[in-house]
This record gives sequence, structure tokens and C-alpha cells, in this order.
Amino acid sequence: MATAEKTKILVGLGACGIAAGAQRTMDSLKQRIDELRMDNVELGVSGCMGMCYREPLVEVTLPGKHSVVYSGLTEERVDRLLDEVVSKGQIIEDWVAKADDMAGSEDAFFEKQHRIVLRNCGKINPENIDDYLEVGGYTALKKALEQMNPEQVRDEVTKSGLRGRGGAGFPTGIKWGFCAGAPGDVKYMICNADEGDPGAFMDRSVLESDPHAVLEGMAIAGYAIGAKQGFIYCRAEYPIAIRRLGIAIEQAMERGFLGDGIFGTDFSFKIKIKEGAGAFVCGEETALMASIEGRRGMPRLRPPFPAIEGLWKKPTNINNVETLANISWIINKGGDAFAALGTEKSKGTKVFALAGKINRGGLVEVPMGVTIREVVEHIGGGIKDGKRFKAVQMGGPSGGCIPEELADTSIDYDSLNRTGAIMGSGGMVVLDESTCMVDTARFFLNFTQEESCGKCTFCRVGTKRMLQILERITEGKGREGDIELLEELAATVKKASLCGLGQTAPNPVLTTIRYFRDEYEAHIKERKCPAKSCRALITYKINPDICDGCHVCHRVCPVDAVQGDKKEVHSINPDLCTRCGLCKERCKPGAIFIE
Amino acid sequence: MDTSSIPSSSGNVERVNLDVLDEIIRQHGAGSGSLIPILQKAQDAYGYLPKEVIERISRSLLVPSSSVYGVVTFYAQFRLKPVGKHIIRVCHGTACHVAGAEKITEAFARDLQVADGETTADRLFTLESVACVGCCSLAPVAMIDGETFGRLDGRGVSKVIKRYRRQERKD
Ligand SMILES: Cc1cc2nc3c(=O)[nH]c(=O)nc-3n(C[C@H](O)[C@H](O)[C@H](O)COP(=O)(O)O)c2cc1C
Ligand code: FES
Repeated sequence: MATAEKTKILVGLGACGIAAGAQRTMDSLKQRIDELRMDNVELGVSGCMGMCYREPLVEVTLPGKHSVVYSGLTEERVDRLLDEVVSKGQIIEDWVAKADDMAGSEDAFFEKQHRIVLRNCGKINPENIDDYLEVGGYTALKKALEQMNPEQVRDEVTKSGLRGRGGAGFPTGIKWGFCAGAPGDVKYMICNADEGDPGAFMDRSVLESDPHAVLEGMAIAGYAIGAKQGFIYCRAEYPIAIRRLGIAIEQAMERGFLGDGIFGTDFSFKIKIKEGAGAFVCGEETALMASIEGRRGMPRLRPPFPAIEGLWKKPTNINNVETLANISWIINKGGDAFAALGTEKSKGTKVFALAGKINRGGLVEVPMGVTIREVVEHIGGGIKDGKRFKAVQMGGPSGGCIPEELADTSIDYDSLNRTGAIMGSGGMVVLDESTCMVDTARFFLNFTQEESCGKCTFCRVGTKRMLQILERITEGKGREGDIELLEELAATVKKASLCGLGQTAPNPVLTTIRYFRDEYEAHIKERKCPAKSCRALITYKINPDICDGCHVCHRVCPVDAVQGDKKEVHSINPDLCTRCGLCKERCKPGAIFIE
Repeated sequence: MDTSSIPSSSGNVERVNLDVLDEIIRQHGAGSGSLIPILQKAQDAYGYLPKEVIERISRSLLVPSSSVYGVVTFYAQFRLKPVGKHIIRVCHGTACHVAGAEKITEAFARDLQVADGETTADRLFTLESVACVGCCSLAPVAMIDGETFGRLDGRGVSKVIKRYRRQERKD
């Protein structure tokens, strides 16, 4: 029997799907399909479809029909799905998130997206190379090896205008040229999968959902620069990605897409996985190479650039996961097709991990040039709980906060730089009125201060001093002149640090001062946190008109700060209260508020 | 068989088999590029990196033990102290931070009577803070061993701990 006559069910088993219970959905589907002897059903795994906010997601393709993605498919819903959809061929309209030939609840999420990097994510089984081949996998590698010489490959990528997606935005084709032109027989190709921005998961999703696309991009890059050995440096916190990469490499070796004499040519290329060990600075290219060599991951001065002197002192090219996932598309469709998307200086698309106080958080890919507002309001469906949109944080610890007033900024390298933030690797965290901007700056400084490798004084001591100042401001002990002191320190740390970590660490502070100076001033001068978030500056209170004396707050308070007998109006003793918020969380009538 | 005495997770001194380590070293080869993978596998096998393990690695790879310690203390992943049976990792990434991660750590610390980064007296739980675990849309998030718990609040934390405690009593 041909597989085309079977019903195909794919369960999205990315990290966020699993967190939402997708593995239980999978197990239950397997069990029920067995018990019901549904022989005509083929059950498979897929990766991340991007709609993290609607997980678990299950895609069903009935024989001869278009596929339909059902959302919120927890294990309790499995029986109804199998009965109504699979057996009876009906559609459960309320659960449809997306379908090719009918409206789904999540269409707005996809409308403005353009998927190149994510083209296969959530659509194919990442653990089965045949799925990748079916959608044209490895044809770009074949084309490059059989019809193009390395220089032509580099030219095509240069023509596409693709710039590095790891943060710095350097033109990829030109970078490949440096390494190709460097003297030496042994060269290395590294894929940077360290993804250190603590609010971003684009690379993880691509690796988990479409690992072969990254391998193919690496092999093409290897050919273009003259490398025979590739390394993927992946953070250890991504066990699913590492496992799927391992499976993918094995399958590609078996089929001859990696290994010796690929497609009968004399080009050989192999890939090894190196697991990171938990250091943000190892995402920086020279630190990353030190780490692969087995040393402490400390950056060094450039030049010499890795293209001349890299891993084990050999010419090395290093690219980000997303950069590489674009390559096969560019080779197949041509550099011009890629360059047709985006703005004058920023071509193609960019993937963002949309998170924070947003209704539809997930993975989105948009053409360069759309505005931040379009992403937040249209794709992301606006702010959660009807609160006010305050800012987006882009670029993580190296980036900055862009206020709502500038939300019409176009998403391209230059426009974003002008705001003081950066494109970054793709973290986009949406903040609402309840987020304190001083605390946000403190959060990032705390991160960079901890992750500073300690090699240069300005980064090591400068970030620490800045953090101390931010801490005292959020604790209500800020002093007159602290803002100016922060600005001065920021300028020095930016100028005098050796690597990108220190050079960009002040950005979150500088952008919040630039756009939210009044919030800093309120903390310092009035000892107030306008967002009502900094603990030292708020008090929990009970509204006597709403309190019904249910006594729950009294019961849950870990420090006995709530006074009052049952059926009487309660009150909170501010001297005992630690502002843990448990009482507010549990108060049914909603009588507890923050002042 | 070469054994060394190291404290086991139950607190007793126990003879531990270094053969496992020798096999790991043999598989990875003794090049300097193998140091980090060997430390990772050794930590998987022993739960942490006891002094004896570090010294053996130093001798086998001909790397001074000071350099091995240099590497071990540079990377957040490596530990020099034994951990509890269950490791609780509370996400403090950006999305989780703005969703109140601090309160989640506080709730775990309160329920378990343990400070962040420490292990409970009964050696059942170790409480840690980590950066983004990649489930930002479920913030605030915590991972216990391999399992992820999303949209946590103070009550959710108590429930999760109760579940693990109940399970422990059964075992
Ligand atoms: C502190 C620091 C952390 C970085 N982390 C990453 C990372 O996690 N992933 C990444 O691809 N690039 C990261 N980079 C950028 C890399 O150094 C490098 O520019 C990039 O991998 C080049 O690839 P691309 O040209 O494809 O962007 C980081 C840079 C710095 C300074
Ligand atoms: S910030 Fe916590 S999962 Fe991403």
C-alpha cells in the first residue's frame, strides 16, 4: 500500500511542545492507534511550527486532502481527534490553528511572515532524512558541487546580500572570500550554535526542526572556502538539538551527502559536534575556538582574524545557525531572489523569538523592512491582558530597549542601530507597563557582569560598578548624579573592552536612560518605581471594600504579615511583608493591590 | 581495579571506580581538544567532578591539574560538589525574568528550605538558576531533571514539590 493513502499525523516535538505536554500526546496517540488497530495511520515527529503559544500542535493529513494543524492538543483530546478527524474524516473547526484550504484561528500569526529559514520547520520529520530529501534537500549541495566552482558559490552568496545572523551582520559571501583566500591546505568551517542571548531560541528551533538544512549549508560553505572538516558548537542546554544533529549527521554520512567524495566529486566534508559547557562568552568567535581546543573560553584580540588564524591556528570560517540555514535556499533560487526581499542594505528575512508580555509568542520569520509594530501587534496579537505596550528589548545583553514611540522603526540593521539597540541574533522580548526599565537594565548588567570572562579590566570591573549603581537605584538608595555616572562608565566600558561582550554590555543601560530617563529619576528622587515592580519601593495593600475576609492571604503568607480574623477585613503589616506576592496571587476577590 | 574514596550522595564514604573514567579517556583520546568532552562525560558518570577524577584526568592528558581546575571553574556546567537527586533549574532568562522568575526561585527556596545554588539536607533537591531554556512562551519556567514546568506561580511550585516528595516516599 502506498503511503500516500495513509493518514499522516505529525506531533510537534520541539522543546516548547514537549514542555506543553506534546510527548504525552504522542504516547497516547501511539497507544490508541495501536489499540484501535488503525493500520492506515502513520504517526511521526515534527519540530517547531512556531506557534509556541498554542502547543501542543498536531498536524493531520488525510489521504488526498490538505493538511490541517490542530492546536492545544493535549492527551485528553486525542480520542476525539482520532474519532472525528481520522475515522470520520471530519474537521474540528474550533481546534484548527492553520490549514491550507480553510481559515484557521492563527492565520494572522502567519500572514506577514515569509519563511525561508523556517521553511521546513514543523513540516518535516527532523529525524528522517527522506523527509528532507522529499522537500528538495541536498539538491543545492549537488548543484554547487556539480555545476559551480567555489568562487561562483561565494559570488552567489555575496550577490544575495546575506549578512551574518549571529549579531554582527557581516556580509557572509565576503567573509567566505577571506577564508578561501587565506594561505594553507587545512581549513575549518564552524557553525556557531551557542545561542547565548537569554531570551532567544531561534537557532535551537532550527536545529531541532530542520537539522539537515544546517548541515547542507555547512557543506556548501566548506566547499566555498576549501574546508574538509566542520564543527558545530552547540550549547549543552539543548539536548534535543544535539541528539537530532547526531542523527542527521549519521544519516547524511550513510547516504553520502557528507563524508568522502560527495556526489562522486573529489570534495570531502565531515562534521563533528562539540558541546558547550555553559559560558555566554563562548559565543564570541575567538572564545569559541579556544573552547573547542579545550581551554578556558577567553576571547583574544583580533587581528589576526579567524579567517587567517583560527582553530588550531588554521584559517577558519565561522557562521551562525540561521546564516547557514539560508544557504541552500540561496543556491537553489539564486542570490537575486534573496536580494529581492528586504531593504536596500538588509536583504532577505530575519527570524525572531517573540516572547514576553505578548499574546502570541513564538518563532516568527519576517522580511527585513517590516516594522516592530507589525510584529508586535499584528503577528504577536498585541499585549497580554490588555495592558499598555511599553517597549521591545532586542539583541539581548548586547542590545537595547526600543520604546513604543519608535515601534514604527523598520526592522533592518541600520534603522535598528540608530535607535541604540541592535538587530542582534533575534531575541525580541515585549515589555508592558508593569516592567520596570531600570530593573530591566539591572537584569542585563547582572547577566553580562556574571558572564564577563574577566580578562580585561574595563569589562570585569566596569560592568560590576555599573551593576552596583543600578542595584542601589532599584533598592531606593540611588543618589543624585548616578545617571551621569552610569553614562560615563558606559562610555568607557564600550571603548576599552576587548571583545563584543564588554563593548556592547552598556547598551541596555544607555537605551533605557535615553528613552526612560524619567523612570530613573523617579527611583532616585521620589523613591518610586512607576512600574510598581521594584520591591523596595512598593507596598502591598488590601482594599477594604473588596476584601471578604476569606482568610486565604493570612494562611498563605509565609511571614505572618497579614492581620485580621475570618470574615473581617484584613490588612498587611508593611514592616513584616517581604513582597513575595503570594497573597495577591491567591486572593480570589482581587482585593490586594500594589502601591 | 583502581578505586578512590569519595563521599557518595548519601554522605557516606564509598569506594568509587575510576575504571569508568579510564574508559571515557580511552574513547576520547588524550589530545587537549578532548579535555572538555572528557570532563562532561565524567560528570555525567559521577554526578560531579571529585578531586580524584580531576587528578586522574590531569595525569592521563598530561595537563597540569591547575589547568584542569582552570577549565572546570570557567564553565558554569561543571561542579566540584555532589548534587541532589533532582536538579531544579529555574529559568532566569529575559522572558522569565519579566514574568517573575525571582519569585519562583524564592518559592522553591522557601518550600525546600534551601538557598539558590545549594542542595537540601536530605540530598534530594539542588536548586539552581539558569538562563533561557527556550520555552519563553511558557514563562516563568523551571526544569526539574528533564521535565519542564511552565506558567508557574507560588502555588504551582508547591504542587510540583509535593508531587516529587510523594514519589520519593513511594520509592
Ligand atoms: C559575547 C558574544 C557572544 C556571542 N554569541 C553568539 C552566539 O551565541 N551565536 C552566534 O551565532 N554568534 C554569537 N556571537 C557572534 C560571533 O562572534 C560571530 O560574529 C558569529 O558567530 C559569526 O557568524 P555570522 O557571520 O554568521 O553571524 C557572539 C559575539 C559576542 C561578542
Ligand atoms: S526566558 Fe525562560 S524559557 Fe526563555
